[in-house]
Amino acid sequence: MSTETQLMPYAQAVQEFEPVIGLETHVELGTNSKMFCSCATNFGAEPNSQVCPTCLGLPGAMPVLNRAAVEATILIGLALNCSIAPWCRFARKNYFYPDMPKAYQVSQYDEPLCSNGYLDVTVETPDGPQEIRVEIERVHMEEDTGKLTHAGGATGRIHGADYSLVDYNRAGIPLIEIVTKPIPGTGAMAPEVARAYVNELRDVVRALGVSDVRMEEGSLRCDVNVSLNRPGAEWGTRTETKNVNSLRSVERAVRSEIERQAARLDDGGRIIQETRHFHEDTGRSTSGRSKEQAEDYRYFPEPDLVPVAASEAWIAELRATLPELPKLKRARLQDEWNISAFELQSVLNAGALELVEATIAAGVDSAGARKWWTGELARIANERGCDLEALGIEPSHIARIESLIADGSLNDKLARQVLEGVLAGEGDVDSVVAARGLAVVSDDGALLAAIDEALAAQPDVAEKIRGGKVAAAGAIVGAVMKTTRGQADAGKVRALLLERLGVSE
Amino acid sequence: MTGTDLIRQTAATLASAIAEGQVSAVEVTQAHLDRIDAVDDRVHAFLQITSEQALESAKAVDAKRAAGERLSALAGVPLALKDVLTMQGVPTTCGSRILEGWRPPYDATVVQRLRANDIIILGKTNMDEFAMGSSTEHSAYGPTHNPWDLDRIPGGSGGGSAAALAAFEAPLAIGTDTGGSIRQPAAVTGTVGTKPTYGAVSRYGLVALASSLDQAGPCARTVLDTALLHAAIAGHDPRDSTSLNQPVPDVVAAARQADVRGMRIGIVKELGGEGYQAGVSQRFRETLEILEHLGAEIVEVSCPHFDYALGAYYLILPSEASSNLAKFDGMRYGLRVGDDGINGVEQVMSMTREAGLGAEVKRRIMLGTYALSSGYYDAYYGSAQKVRTLIQQDFAKAFANVDVLVSPTCPTTAFKLGEKLDDPLAMYLNDVATIPVNLAGNAAMSLPVGLAPEDGLPVGFQIIAPPMADDRLYRVGGAIEAALVDRVGHLFIEEAPAL
Repeated sequence: MSTETQLMPYAQAVQEFEPVIGLETHVELGTNSKMFCSCATNFGAEPNSQVCPTCLGLPGAMPVLNRAAVEATILIGLALNCSIAPWCRFARKNYFYPDMPKAYQVSQYDEPLCSNGYLDVTVETPDGPQEIRVEIERVHMEEDTGKLTHAGGATGRIHGADYSLVDYNRAGIPLIEIVTKPIPGTGAMAPEVARAYVNELRDVVRALGVSDVRMEEGSLRCDVNVSLNRPGAEWGTRTETKNVNSLRSVERAVRSEIERQAARLDDGGRIIQETRHFHEDTGRSTSGRSKEQAEDYRYFPEPDLVPVAASEAWIAELRATLPELPKLKRARLQDEWNISAFELQSVLNAGALELVEATIAAGVDSAGARKWWTGELARIANERGCDLEALGIEPSHIARIESLIADGSLNDKLARQVLEGVLAGEGDVDSVVAARGLAVVSDDGALLAAIDEALAAQPDVAEKIRGGKVAAAGAIVGAVMKTTRGQADAGKVRALLLERLGVSE
Repeated sequence: MTGTDLIRQTAATLASAIAEGQVSAVEVTQAHLDRIDAVDDRVHAFLQITSEQALESAKAVDAKRAAGERLSALAGVPLALKDVLTMQGVPTTCGSRILEGWRPPYDATVVQRLRANDIIILGKTNMDEFAMGSSTEHSAYGPTHNPWDLDRIPGGSGGGSAAALAAFEAPLAIGTDTGGSIRQPAAVTGTVGTKPTYGAVSRYGLVALASSLDQAGPCARTVLDTALLHAAIAGHDPRDSTSLNQPVPDVVAAARQADVRGMRIGIVKELGGEGYQAGVSQRFRETLEILEHLGAEIVEVSCPHFDYALGAYYLILPSEASSNLAKFDGMRYGLRVGDDGINGVEQVMSMTREAGLGAEVKRRIMLGTYALSSGYYDAYYGSAQKVRTLIQQDFAKAFANVDVLVSPTCPTTAFKLGEKLDDPLAMYLNDVATIPVNLAGNAAMSLPVGLAPEDGLPVGFQIIAPPMADDRLYRVGGAIEAALVDRVGHLFIEEAPAL
C-alpha cells in the first residue's frame, strides 16, 4: 500500500508532468417537487416522509417529467453557452444497489439536453488575473438516489456494516450533471483552475436561482478527473476522485492527485483507471472500485417517458428570462462601487457579493457594507466554518447598525456587541440594543458623576492633568469607559473631563 | 332471474337489469361468487377472491340506485382483474413468488376507473409469471385450466381472465397484452379481447413487463360488452406520460353500428398458411366470406418485415423486462431470502431472485441482460429497434390502402397443458400473429369465429386497426359476431361445457 500514499512534491510534479483535468459537477435543483413525481424536496425532513409509489419505485408506478426541472436545465445550458437539443430522451442506467429503488437510475446517456458550451473563469496568477475558457461537454438531467446510512462496522461503508438504513426522501430529486471537456494546459495552476471553475459554476447556478448550490448540504457535488503526461506525450490514464465536498477540497483533491500520480509514474508505475474517494480530514484520496472491472450499466432509452422536444420558441422564452450573469455583474458592481480589482476580489473571496450589494441597497455606503461583510462577519463565518448566508445576519441588520453609529447611538465596540446578540439569535438590532442596554451613554450628568468618581480614585493622575499633562487624561477616560461598560463616547468623556478640570488641549 | 341465469347474461344485460331494478347488484355479485366457489377449484382462474370488497361495492351500487342516482353503463357488473394491476391493500403477485405478501398502497388508474364506473371487482386472476408466457403454466401458483377442456391451456399470459369469462365466473375481465396476452387467451377460450392502441389505456399501476409494448385492455364474452368496458377504462392519464392525450374513439357506438359496408379489409399474407392448423384456416376463410357478404371489400396485403417480428420482439421484450424486473431485489417488499445477518446485500438480492423468480422469467432476464450489454447493444437491441420501425412502416403502408387488417389470432387452437412447456420456441411461435401489433402500437381485437372441426375448440379471428382507430375493431367485430349469431342462433361461448 506504500505506493498509495507516496507523493511527489508539487513543484517537482508539475515541472515533470503536465496535468489534464476534468470536472463532473452534480447540482441538485431547487424545484418544489421531485423529478418524476409530485413529492416535496425539503432538506432535512423526517426520513421517508417525502415519498410516493413513483419515487419508491413500487411495482406499476410510473414517472412523469417535471417541467420546472427541464426549464432549469435549459437555463443552465444557456448560461453555459450550450446548444439545446431539439429532441432528446432519457435513458436507464441499470445497477443493483439498495439506494436505487428501481435498480436503475433514470438519466440521460447519449442524448443530453445541453451540449458544447463553455464557461470563462478567472484565476489569480503572479502576473495578475488570467481568464481561462473551460469547455463544457454536456449538461444533462438525472434523478438522485436515496441516502444510505450504514450502522456499525469499521469503515462506515456498506460492507461490514451491521445494518443499513435507507432514506428515500432524496430519491428522485432532480439532479443536473455538468461535465467539462478535458482541460489541458493549465500546468501548475490546475488546482486553482478547478476551484475557480466550480466557484464560477456555483455563482452562475445561484444567479439563475435554480438551486441553492450548497456544497455542505450536498446540493452541489463534484468529481474531479486528473491525468498526467510527460510534456509532448499523449494524455495519460485518468482517475476520478469522488466525495469532494468543498471548494477547498476541489483544489486539494487535484493537487494531491497530481502529487500521487507523479510519484507513481516517476517510479515506473502505471495509473489505473479507477474511482478514488477523497477524505476531507487527510486531504488525500484512497482507491475505490477500479473502472477496469466496472459494471456494465446497460443503458437503453427509458420507455416510460416520452422524449423531451424543446421548441425554439420555448428556448427563446427561457433565454429572455436569463438574469445578469456573474461575470457581467462583477464588472458592473466594481464600476458602481468604484473599487479596485483587488478590493472586488476580497469581496468575492468572502463570498459576500450579493450580501454587500443588498446591504448597499439597504442604504449603507459601499465602504461600510464591505467592511462588515469582509471583516467581522467573514471572520466569524470562517470560525464557524459556514457560509456568510448561514450566519443569520441580514443586510437590513447591517443597515440599522450603521445608521445607529451615524447618529451616535452606537460606537464600534457596541456595534460589534449588537451584532453578537443578533448572531446569538436574540432578535433584531433594536431588540438587542434594548435588551442588552447597549446604547451610548449620552447623559452628561451620568458621565460627569463617573468622571468625578474616577478623579477621586486617582488623585495623582488628576493633579498631572491639572498640571498640563493632558496625555494623562487617557487613564481617566479609560476608567470612565470601564464603569460605563464601554457605553460612552470616549471623545465626549475626554472633552467633559478636560472641561471639568479647566484644562484645554 | 336465478343465479344460473345471471351468470350466463352479458354485461350489458346485467347492467340494464340492475339499473331497472329487476335484480340487485348484490344478487348479481353473489351469483358470480357462488359460481367461482363451484368451479374455480377445477379452472383455477383466480389467485385472490375479494368477496367482501365486491359485496360492499355492490351494496353501494344498490344504494345509489335506491337514491335515484344516475348509474354508469356497467354499474354493478362483476369483473375479474388480472393480477398484474395494483389494487390498494389487495395482494398483487403477478403470478410470482417474489411478490408474495406485497399489498400495494395504491390503485392502478385502470382500477380507479373501474371503481369510478361502479364495476365490481371479484378478484385477481392467474397469469404467467410477470406476463411471460402463452399458457399460464408459468404461474408460480399453478396453471389455469381451459374451461373448454380442462386438460388444455387457457392461453397466456392472461389465461386467468379469459378462463374466468369462459367459465362464466365473470362477464367482464381486464387483461394486459404485451405480445398477445389478451388476444391469444381470448382466441383459445372463445371469448373477446381487445388490445387498445398503445397509450389509450393508462399503464399506471400495471406492473411492467416491457414498457414499450404493454397495454391493458378489456375482455368479455361479446363485442358490445368489450366495447363498454373499453370505454370505461380508456382515456388520458396525467400519471402516465406515454398515455395519449386524445379523445377516445366511440367504440360503443361502433359496436352497435356493426356495419362493414364499404370497408376495405386487408388479409396479411405473412400471417396465415403454412403452420396454421387446418380448422383455424378454415374458420378464418369462412369469416372472410361473411365480411364480403356483408359488403366489405377483401384485399391481400403484404407486410414483409413481419417475418422478423418474433426475433425483434424477443430482443426488445427481454431487454426491457431485464430492467423492469431488477427492482425485485428483496430490499423493500415481497420475498426476502438469506437475510441472516451474515450474508451481504448482494448475496441477499441474489438469493431472493434465485428463489423468487421462475425459470422462464430468468431465461428472459438473461436474454435481455445480454442484449443490452455493451458491445452487443447495437447488434441486438439496436437492430431490433430498426426492425420495429420497419414493421411500423409496413403497417403504415398497409393502412394507406385498407381500413383494417385481419388474420387468425393464433396458429392453433388450445394445446394440451405441458405440451410446449419444455420447448420455449414452440411456445413463442404461438404469438407470431399477435406480436407485430405490439411492436407497432396498433389496436387489435380477437373474437371467436367458430370451433375447429377437428378438435371442437374455439378459433380466434384477429382484427387490427391503425393507432387511435380502435372503433374500427368494434365495427368489424360487431358485424362478424352478429352475422355468426344469425347463422348459428347463439354465441359460440354457449357451447362451452357446463363444468
